[in-house]
Amino acid sequence: MNCYDVAIVGAGVSGASVAWQLSKYKLKVALLEKEADVGFGVSKANSGIVHGGFHHSAAKTLKAKLEVRGNLMFESLQYQLGFPFRRNGILVVGYSEEEMETVRMLYRQGKANGVRNLELCGRDRVLQLEPKLSQDVAGGFFAPNGGTIEPYRYVFALVEGAKRGGVELLTGFKLSKAVNRDGRWELESADGRRIAARYAVNAAGLYADDVSRIFNAEQFRITPRKGEEYLLDRHTKAAVTRVVFPVPTKVSKGILVIPTVEGTVMIGPTAEATDDKSAVTTSSGNLQRILAQVKHMVDGISAGDVITSFAGMRPTLPGDDFMIEPSAAAPNLIQVAGIQSPGLTASPAIGEYVKDLLKNCGLELVEKAEPEPYVPPVDEIRRRTPEELDALCKKDPAYGRVVCRCEQVSEAEIVEAIRQGHTTIDGIKFYTRSGMGRCQGGFCTERIIKILCRETGMRPEDITKRGGDSRIIAGRLK
Amino acid sequence: MKTLEYDVAVIGAGAAGLATAKVTSAAGYRTLVIDREDFSGGVLLQCIHNGFGLHHFKQELTGPEYAGKLESEARESGADFQLSTTVIDLKPQPDGRKLLIALSPSEGVFQIYARSVMLAMGCRERNRGNIGIPGTRPAGVYTAGLAQRLINMSGLLPGKSAVIVGSGDIGLIMARRLSWSGIPVKAVVEIRPFPSGLNRNIVQCLNDFDIPLYLSHTVSRINGADRVESVEISPLVNGVPDETAAFTIECDTVLLSVGLIPENELSKKCGVAINATTGGPLTDAWRMTGVDGVFAGGNVLHVHDLADFASDEAALAGMRICDYLAGRRPGREDAVTTGANLRYVTPNRYIPGEDIQFFMRSMVVDDNAVLLAELNGVEIMRKKLRNVAPPEMISVNIDGKLTQSGGELRFSLLTGGDK
Repeated sequence: MNCYDVAIVGAGVSGASVAWQLSKYKLKVALLEKEADVGFGVSKANSGIVHGGFHHSAAKTLKAKLEVRGNLMFESLQYQLGFPFRRNGILVVGYSEEEMETVRMLYRQGKANGVRNLELCGRDRVLQLEPKLSQDVAGGFFAPNGGTIEPYRYVFALVEGAKRGGVELLTGFKLSKAVNRDGRWELESADGRRIAARYAVNAAGLYADDVSRIFNAEQFRITPRKGEEYLLDRHTKAAVTRVVFPVPTKVSKGILVIPTVEGTVMIGPTAEATDDKSAVTTSSGNLQRILAQVKHMVDGISAGDVITSFAGMRPTLPGDDFMIEPSAAAPNLIQVAGIQSPGLTASPAIGEYVKDLLKNCGLELVEKAEPEPYVPPVDEIRRRTPEELDALCKKDPAYGRVVCRCEQVSEAEIVEAIRQGHTTIDGIKFYTRSGMGRCQGGFCTERIIKILCRETGMRPEDITKRGGDSRIIAGRLK
Repeated sequence: MKTLEYDVAVIGAGAAGLATAKVTSAAGYRTLVIDREDFSGGVLLQCIHNGFGLHHFKQELTGPEYAGKLESEARESGADFQLSTTVIDLKPQPDGRKLLIALSPSEGVFQIYARSVMLAMGCRERNRGNIGIPGTRPAGVYTAGLAQRLINMSGLLPGKSAVIVGSGDIGLIMARRLSWSGIPVKAVVEIRPFPSGLNRNIVQCLNDFDIPLYLSHTVSRINGADRVESVEISPLVNGVPDETAAFTIECDTVLLSVGLIPENELSKKCGVAINATTGGPLTDAWRMTGVDGVFAGGNVLHVHDLADFASDEAALAGMRICDYLAGRRPGREDAVTTGANLRYVTPNRYIPGEDIQFFMRSMVVDDNAVLLAELNGVEIMRKKLRNVAPPEMISVNIDGKLTQSGGELRFSLLTGGDK
């Protein structure tokens, strides 16, 4: 049985961040993921916002402390790991004196949390910062430290960095058994694979409660809170430059208008408590509600601009704070549960925090002599000038073959995704953006199937949308 | 960086672009046809059924045969081809020429300077997101055109049993194709009270295979975790799905045939204004867009129901490109407007005194309608139309003698009771 120093259960944004942190030390680390690819659970449906550290009180909650710290860590991470990220700032807007009172409260909270450069804005100033806002806006406040990121690309980059640092990724590893024997954990997957580890981290997202039970640790219950998001064409008249927030409600930060880091616009998310962790469905009523709410803030938004919709789950615990602590019931297990918003923003700090908890539990951390891994940014043709593009084509003609016309993705980028281990249609889509544009894969899916078969030797019948039984092709023409 | 110079650059080698290239190259203008695919023909190559060519070539052909004939004609007339090539930018130059930035695996990035440009990029299919079908997001939901490509070009079957959403022509053709391939089609669901596709396709593709067509129904939910397991279908009552009367059909595949959208991303890049109704460029009587020397025709201009009409229209534009290159200009142009019961008319302008062909779409179904043309409110032409319906494009020729005085030319469609 392969024995590791640390086994991390769950390769979402939390688990991936822990793996990245641990990869800097002389440790043998396994990252276990039940899905076919990393980030395929809670993380992939994230809104992709690096929050500004003002929605929650850092004096009262762990999540706000980690949010403020995490926010500051993105530039250096981006430099090392090469994922798309941009600090385009957050605007919280009010449309009445009552809402402006909440705006001022958030401003004060941000200040108290130690966030710098926050700015209260009158009507003229918010319209100057974001001319697409509707004219009846009363005012707002601006957090220039807020930003946007592609959540799946971020998770891919963390895992890629961790792998370059020696972390082993095991996909399709659905934990079914955990036994502590002779001071180490013996872990078994549903398909019968077994590994051992001295320490374990439960970063299982929506299923952290089930995993905790498998470890015979704390009994708690993760309640999913569903959010629906709608993606708009990049040509929408509502193409804002800042992330636009309404004043928050009791259960969520409200319905936002998000200029994604790739130039599209996303509206959402809803916040709906549910009992079913797998019920990632969208509904027509919610689209209408979302549209009504965001049109109030940015009146150029139109239902005709919607190119796709999706739903995701926030894993919530009673009290709505993160739970990141050593298990009191099971030895050498760190619980990382209830990582809902602002989990993505906090994630770099979560990785650090968990590393320190492991150290306090006795894990010896010895820094590696060699420099930390560097993940160069992917050569994406949509970001290149004609001259740069020409040079890329001379290096590899596959850069000259445009596979996804809507998002301008070349065959070389698809091949790179496959070589990085993303061998499902969704994995390739998240890595390259192929199929994410206005035609939603209508033109490129068949080409990607062919490239996947050529590069991996898979049969078309083996190709899935996202693993499991999500097969794309049922058979051959006779 | 390689630089090419041409009189005409045709973007897109489908039913429209090939027809334009034949006309301009036959007239002696140096013409380059550019297409991103490795073969010319566009979407015709995956349309292996017959029914093409009846108007344009006066003979019945399959899609690939029709494309082959168009290509041979263009090549014999002297047109050059640059395939496997994507036009990534299109920029009008101060000297009136257009600069195309093109990308191909063999050449890398290269430049083409053209005195005129024909936009012939065709259209794309509307997808699940565009129509917002609620439910889960499993594998097994395809546009009809993608399924057609998988089966006809790669021999891959997309599923085991299907429900088709929308009764557009590609969906109907695919209902028959799936039935022939051993994939039962359990229903075709159309949100409108009448089919979206041509009547001949309803008969040949649904009725002949006993495939039920549910009019005024909608798919109100897609079910299934990994792969589609079933769809929930609801009747529409006053335009709203009545979920109390919903029923479920088990299937592992959902095909969407819910309309087409002209692909004008490149047109917009070079500053072409778009008609909000058709999704295509606004043009003058010559089918020249608002950008001097940039013309449009075929499905990039407005969605046609027959490839033949797209070719006809693009050939007309080709003739005008020749006029343009010879230094002629349209001169005086007057407005064409859309009256009762018509969704759109194209072109949007006409030249008084010149013969011209118009294409237009009805908003209504009627078996005894009259198309009325009025000049400044005075009737100049009246034409009986036996069967009008939104899917069937109306084409009409107006004699130049009728429009010599000029002014606003308005088309209207009078239905049964209104005459």
